[in-house]
Amino acid sequence: MSFGAQLFLAVLEGTVTASVLAVTALGLSLVFGVMRVVNVAHGEFFMLGAVIAWSVAFTVGDMPLVSFLIALIVGPLVVGGIAVAVDWLILKRIDYNPEGTIVATIGLLYIIQQATLILYGPEARAVEPPFYFLIQFPWFGYSGYKLIVVGISLMLLLGTWYGLTRTRLGLYMRATQYDREIAQAFGIPVRRVYAAVFALGGGLAAIAGVLVVPIQQAHYLMGHNPLLMSFIVVIVGGLGSLRGTLLAAFVIGISDGVISVFFTPTLAKIVATLLVSLVLVVRPAGLFGETEP
Amino acid sequence: MTGRKQDNPWRTPMIVLVLLLAAQFVLPAYHHGNLTRIMVFAVFAIGYNLAFGYAGLLSLGHAMFFAAGLYGAGMSAHFLGFSMPLAFLFGGLCGLVLALAVGLVALRTRGVSFMIVTLMFSQVGFLTILYFNEFTRGDEGFVLAQEIRQLRFGETVLSLTDPTLRYNLALGLFAASYLLGVALLRSPIGRVLVALRENESRVQMLGYNTFGYRLLALSISGALSGLSGAAYALLFAYVGATFAATQYSIYPLLWVLLGGVGTALGPLIGTGLMFYLVDFASEITSSYLIVVGVVLVLLVIVFPKGVIGTLQEKWRGLRS
Amino acid sequence: MTGKSDDHRKVRKVGDSAFGVSRRAAIKGAGALAGVAAAASLTGFTARAHSGSDAPIRIGFQVHRTGIGAAYGRWYERTSRAAVDYINETGGIGGHPIELVIEDDGTDPKRGAEVVEKFAIQHKVDFVFGTLFSHVVIGSAPRAGELKMPYFVVSEGHHVASGKLNRYVFQPGITDVRQQVISMAPWITSNLGKKIAMIFPDFAFGHDHRDFFSAAAGSLGGEITTLLPIPPTESSFTKYFAKIPSSTEVIYHVMVGPAVLTFVKEMGEFFGNNRPELFGFIDSLEAVDIASPGLDYLEGSYFWEAMPRYADGLPTAAAAFYRDKVGVDANGASMSDSKDVATFSHMFGCWETLYVIKAAVEQSGYRSGKDKVALIETLENMKWFNEGIAHPQGGKQFVGQIHQSFGRQFISKVENKRLKVVHTTTIEDGLYEPEADYTKQAL
Repeated sequence: MSFGAQLFLAVLEGTVTASVLAVTALGLSLVFGVMRVVNVAHGEFFMLGAVIAWSVAFTVGDMPLVSFLIALIVGPLVVGGIAVAVDWLILKRIDYNPEGTIVATIGLLYIIQQATLILYGPEARAVEPPFYFLIQFPWFGYSGYKLIVVGISLMLLLGTWYGLTRTRLGLYMRATQYDREIAQAFGIPVRRVYAAVFALGGGLAAIAGVLVVPIQQAHYLMGHNPLLMSFIVVIVGGLGSLRGTLLAAFVIGISDGVISVFFTPTLAKIVATLLVSLVLVVRPAGLFGETEP
Repeated sequence: MTGRKQDNPWRTPMIVLVLLLAAQFVLPAYHHGNLTRIMVFAVFAIGYNLAFGYAGLLSLGHAMFFAAGLYGAGMSAHFLGFSMPLAFLFGGLCGLVLALAVGLVALRTRGVSFMIVTLMFSQVGFLTILYFNEFTRGDEGFVLAQEIRQLRFGETVLSLTDPTLRYNLALGLFAASYLLGVALLRSPIGRVLVALRENESRVQMLGYNTFGYRLLALSISGALSGLSGAAYALLFAYVGATFAATQYSIYPLLWVLLGGVGTALGPLIGTGLMFYLVDFASEITSSYLIVVGVVLVLLVIVFPKGVIGTLQEKWRGLRS
Repeated sequence: MTGKSDDHRKVRKVGDSAFGVSRRAAIKGAGALAGVAAAASLTGFTARAHSGSDAPIRIGFQVHRTGIGAAYGRWYERTSRAAVDYINETGGIGGHPIELVIEDDGTDPKRGAEVVEKFAIQHKVDFVFGTLFSHVVIGSAPRAGELKMPYFVVSEGHHVASGKLNRYVFQPGITDVRQQVISMAPWITSNLGKKIAMIFPDFAFGHDHRDFFSAAAGSLGGEITTLLPIPPTESSFTKYFAKIPSSTEVIYHVMVGPAVLTFVKEMGEFFGNNRPELFGFIDSLEAVDIASPGLDYLEGSYFWEAMPRYADGLPTAAAAFYRDKVGVDANGASMSDSKDVATFSHMFGCWETLYVIKAAVEQSGYRSGKDKVALIETLENMKWFNEGIAHPQGGKQFVGQIHQSFGRQFISKVENKRLKVVHTTTIEDGLYEPEADYTKQAL
């Protein structure tokens, strides 16, 4: 295939990756930014979204569009519920201590993974996309659903932005992120905001899982990579900056694909990783970092 | 702060080391072997503690230092015929050099940025091992033959397959690292590190080269991690890319947090605790990871500063 | 938790099927831990003394219950239990029943070595078997050698035969990737095409395919048009298809892991109707239903199989008997859940390995630990395992020097969402010169 076509394909692929990554990373960015804790189990929320999507599809039967829509609602609700429970039972009790949260969420990771292994099984399972149509470019065929994913992700990102900037809860979140003590002094129910943020973060990850599973597959270990990638995106973008998270997601998502056009796969990953880390070395606060990390 | 404990900081370490030395004579064979492994990995945890606990450098990439030692020792012994002691030291040197190199670049960042930069460098390390799979055999790894795993003193030949020798070599390495950790805590260097962990700009204003200190901490941390990796390769005969993967950066963090960050004994306790948690849980259920997860959560709630850390706090509370 | 019955046929989504054995192991563990120093201060490995003629033969089963190998581990466990049950029903090993002791290694080489140690020192088993993933085999093998524990792997890796492990490690129950690959080359180059692109994981497993197949195909006039090693965490493959030159006649793919479904889907989207011939290895689709959504693109493509998933591919009485005992139906799925597809091209290795252990014990007169040397030497002199109930996949030629069995391979075509065998290789097709000699090593 010609070089130009390869590049075009890489950009398309990168855009899809970046969209899903942006949604996942957004969830983490909110949790990390507002609550200042590291949720090592964030990837597991993503995985749960995918597994729930499969379960819904399995129960509903042969109606992919219906099960997709149901999963888009059920997934984040269930995962959000789990997140609230975790916040209530564990995080509050350790007073959101950063180090303690790391250990606790590692424990949570083990629990969720093993429970999924027991209930769902060790196999990878596919889910039918809600709509299937092939867009035939002159050089290759491309799945229409993938472009739909980009669209839905954009809507989610816009929706979250709207929620953060125009609603009261969003105001509370931004205030708490900016300065927790002052927010409390203003009467903002910080504890409840935390619960909401944690639920929102988990819910966003779950939606990303639902979106991605028709393109990939549901497997109990699939949360590992999204966790790492969303972390990288959040920090490279700059803590506390949603704009940064988005930009970083796109830069990282697309660069990975584009660089692989020029190098052999493993070497391409090495180069891509080094380049991204260089961004941080040069700008330690990240692309749009506002606060000193 | 007064307290009997503060008067002789060497008391606890000595007790621990004597206990470990004596344990080999009373422990059943199975636990004897386990303790050997725990001590080797505890050195890794001590190394990590130095960077994280003492200097506040939260790294998510320490697997690369362990792997540097693992491959440094393993490949030099396997391909270049280095003797065991030489391969061991070479492994440690690899860890040190890599930490220096990484530190020069990564220490320009702090906090969470440092976390991610180390994570990414570690990924690069893992991928590089896979890339050069002609020599490293990638993820599958390779075995060190029994014949080369020997110590020679003139006519006597001691095989590293002997459990007693292994135990005592591991103990020796652990003891040296442990005592180094204690000494460092008490030393001027250690005090500067702790100070800059708490408030870097203040320490800078006092005229200290904080970059230099952090680099020193990371380098020693890398060296110890490398020595741990080297010990694993030579004592247990296996070198593979699994040890360069992200989970081996999470483990030392977990061990240190469990045991108590910044404490000298914490790393050993945390490492041993995790080992036996997995071992014991797998005896009572095939879903042992759930048990491990639940216990971790409970431990964090009961021991918010890690086992040793919380105990130290309570001890201090009792004393005052 | 109640002790569950040993009915291997029941589908267990809840993974705890070993509680009965684990409790025994737990009591033993607690006993040891109670640290009765005097009684338990036996250092090193001591052979368990047999007393009484029904003293069981204790076999440690190192299984991937969790981790990336869990899908295989489940079926390995079912097959092993079925074999142990049947062997015990029919008189055990030389009159002694087999007692299976199970430990999960998490598909991790570090834990694998620890588990081998546990088997030898705490559980005091006679033999250990069952490891599949190569990196775990290689991580665990040294310890088995040091502990002088006969270690039977069911891995299909080339590591045992390469001579790089130790004399205690055997792979008698399953064929290795080298023979599999070289026996495919003649058929591929004559039937599918000579210009071949290879897509494989950037793992040792993939490299073995790359090296052995390139050599074999090259010597038959084949040409490798491009090599595409895919890094482990890759989740999207479309950009790699773009690198395949249009002159390619055959795509040889051996992707493994959860991303395989994505791989096939994207391959379909990318190539559409205008595609080269596809030749894959069933490793990609073990435990996955060929009729899954998104796999339609595989219609008309070919796969290597070690043991045909669909019963009509190997319609022998022995294979049918085996299939019935392990609870797999004619379509290769669990009899109690047609969506639970088996890892049929690998799990037979557990069954056959247990029978090899049985034969070795009976022929060598093994009674206890000090007879290990005799057992190993006897096994090394064995040449042939007959097809039959003990070896339902087919007869095996055992090459004692490299501790590796050689067997036939199958090539199947995907037709109407099923696999249909189109070619069976002979053992000779896969034979290669031994590159090492374990029998010269000291025990």
